[in-house]
Amino acid sequence: MSDILGGYNFAYLDEQTKRMIRRAILKAVAVPGYQVPFAGREMPLPYGWGTGGIQVTASVISADDVLKVIDQGADDTTNAVSIRRFFAKTAGVRTTTKTAEATLIQTRHRIPERRLTEGQIIVYQVPNPEPLRWMEPRESETRKMHALLEYGAMHVKLYEDIVHFGRIATSYDYPVRVNGRYIMAPSPIPKFDNPKMDGMPALQLFGAGREKRIYAVPPYTRVESLDFEDYPFEVQRWDQSCALCGATDSYLDEVITDDRGGRMFVCSDTDHCSERRAASDEAEGDGIRRPVEEEAAE
Amino acid sequence: MYVAVKGGEQAIDNAHKLLAEARRGDPAVAELTISQISQQLGIAVDRVMTEGSLYDRDLAALAIKQARGDIIEAVFLLRAYRTTLPRLGVALPIDTAAMTIERRISATFKDLPGGQILGPTFDYTHRLLDFALVVGGEVPVGPLPVTMADPEAVPRVTDILGAEGLLEAETADDDQPVGDITREPLAFPADRDVRLQCLARGDEGFLLALGYSTQRGFGKTHPFAGEIRMGTVAVEIVPEELGFAIDIGDITVTECQMVNQFKGSKNRPPQFTRGYGLAFGHSERKAMTMALVDRALRTKELGGEVTAPAQDEEFVLSHCDAVAASGFVEHLKLPHYVDFQGELGTVRALRRSCQNAAQEDGAKTEDGDV
Repeated sequence: MSDILGGYNFAYLDEQTKRMIRRAILKAVAVPGYQVPFAGREMPLPYGWGTGGIQVTASVISADDVLKVIDQGADDTTNAVSIRRFFAKTAGVRTTTKTAEATLIQTRHRIPERRLTEGQIIVYQVPNPEPLRWMEPRESETRKMHALLEYGAMHVKLYEDIVHFGRIATSYDYPVRVNGRYIMAPSPIPKFDNPKMDGMPALQLFGAGREKRIYAVPPYTRVESLDFEDYPFEVQRWDQSCALCGATDSYLDEVITDDRGGRMFVCSDTDHCSERRAASDEAEGDGIRRPVEEEAAE
Repeated sequence: MYVAVKGGEQAIDNAHKLLAEARRGDPAVAELTISQISQQLGIAVDRVMTEGSLYDRDLAALAIKQARGDIIEAVFLLRAYRTTLPRLGVALPIDTAAMTIERRISATFKDLPGGQILGPTFDYTHRLLDFALVVGGEVPVGPLPVTMADPEAVPRVTDILGAEGLLEAETADDDQPVGDITREPLAFPADRDVRLQCLARGDEGFLLALGYSTQRGFGKTHPFAGEIRMGTVAVEIVPEELGFAIDIGDITVTECQMVNQFKGSKNRPPQFTRGYGLAFGHSERKAMTMALVDRALRTKELGGEVTAPAQDEEFVLSHCDAVAASGFVEHLKLPHYVDFQGELGTVRALRRSCQNAAQEDGAKTEDGDV
């Protein structure tokens, strides 16, 4: 592409930095769920706005990749637009809003509804990589706890939830155990998405820029959400279906429609929703495909 | 209908146009030039260079202009640029003893070799708004007193004290590799080189508050401003092909050596200990507060018990960076409706079970509270 930003390397980061990050990624893949410290760089986007995910994406992206970026499940949320533009500008790669078309998906807070496939990579933006942080604020301690499999504090926390509330009150960033070993923060995805991580055919990479940590879940790896035999893990359910596409099996966002308590529920995954609507339009035979999402590629 | 998440691209473009317009302000008013900023807002430029860890007055001034005077934003701009720069070499340690002094004061001795040199300081000004500056005040004309002192005649106060053994010796171990927090992830416990780098890049306001807290009893360090000196020092590198040091230019720095009372421990005799601060340009408050916090962070090393926030290295070093802190605080502006939806569901369910339990108890339930 002709409008690639001049003066910078492909995908912004220099090759030495990419190599350093790829080494961290390889280690992370080799030890699933383990947080690998890496020499995170200062990015031209703010810390906390996806710098970890951006660095991981920049290190694994190649010119023939097709990139999808979502935030809250949607391709058109402002920060997703901003990150997609960053890569369109610095790497000139093709971008898409379609989960099926993407080879590389960077996400904040969601996993697409469509099952990801072999060969795809999903990169999560992670604010707090340490699942034990709310029980122990010190990094020097939590690293020891992971090393010694000292996860009692986490189970006590979940147990206390049950005693206080009659249920585990965590609804997002719900802790998981990876490959039977490390307890891992799945990033602030709703617990609705946790089961998708288990045995996922795609490679899952996690980047925390501010905290300078990378971790990974290789394809087809066991990912269990923590629970108790008598209080098994459950995902969110809605009484409603999506007001736009009628889906009953997707994660729904509540949209306030007026100031008198009016609200509607719609799919958080915009690609999933528009695909379903397009399919039903075709089935109805009016022959007109109504693309709801415009192509983001410019 | 449902438009909440649509139109992101257009909205961003429009926001950037508005930002450019707001930055420029009234076009009838002359636009600021980079040299005006670097000349007349020099202390802001110094702060941006210090926390941005890049010594370039023009780039720092540009960052301040582009950031509309938002200093943390300007630091961020400079850092994001710095990280793309190639590293051509490593300079030798600067020698502040050989500084060409513009300002040098000691609070521990009334007079000392080289004397006290006030230099350009706000100290002892009366903070009265000077309305003459509104119309463009002229600087007092006439020859200014020459304050440049011969470096050899101005030994560091810490060297004078050190000669008597009253102050802990501080000798560089040049065989040790020096950490680089911009190239290696921070790990705890951190060594002093790494700690000082973090403090040098740390937010002045945050460190000021921490330093202040040690003066109010949260980790007292009994500090004296042994010496504050500001002036220019030479930067030297040894190019491999030459094998000897060459001077590549001068930079202005402010150095503060705090001298702290220390009663001694099992392994050390009573003597004064040091806290060290160094910042680019004329950044006296930063250098002083850095020195206070540096000394507070040495508590463990000196056999003390860590009880106060300023003594806690994980607390201080993990939170002193303004670029990281502002990024993460401000990320709360990003959409969180997926997580919030999860929380809504949880709170609704919790409230339902709460109400059901109350009804079962036959207790009075609140009406209309869903």
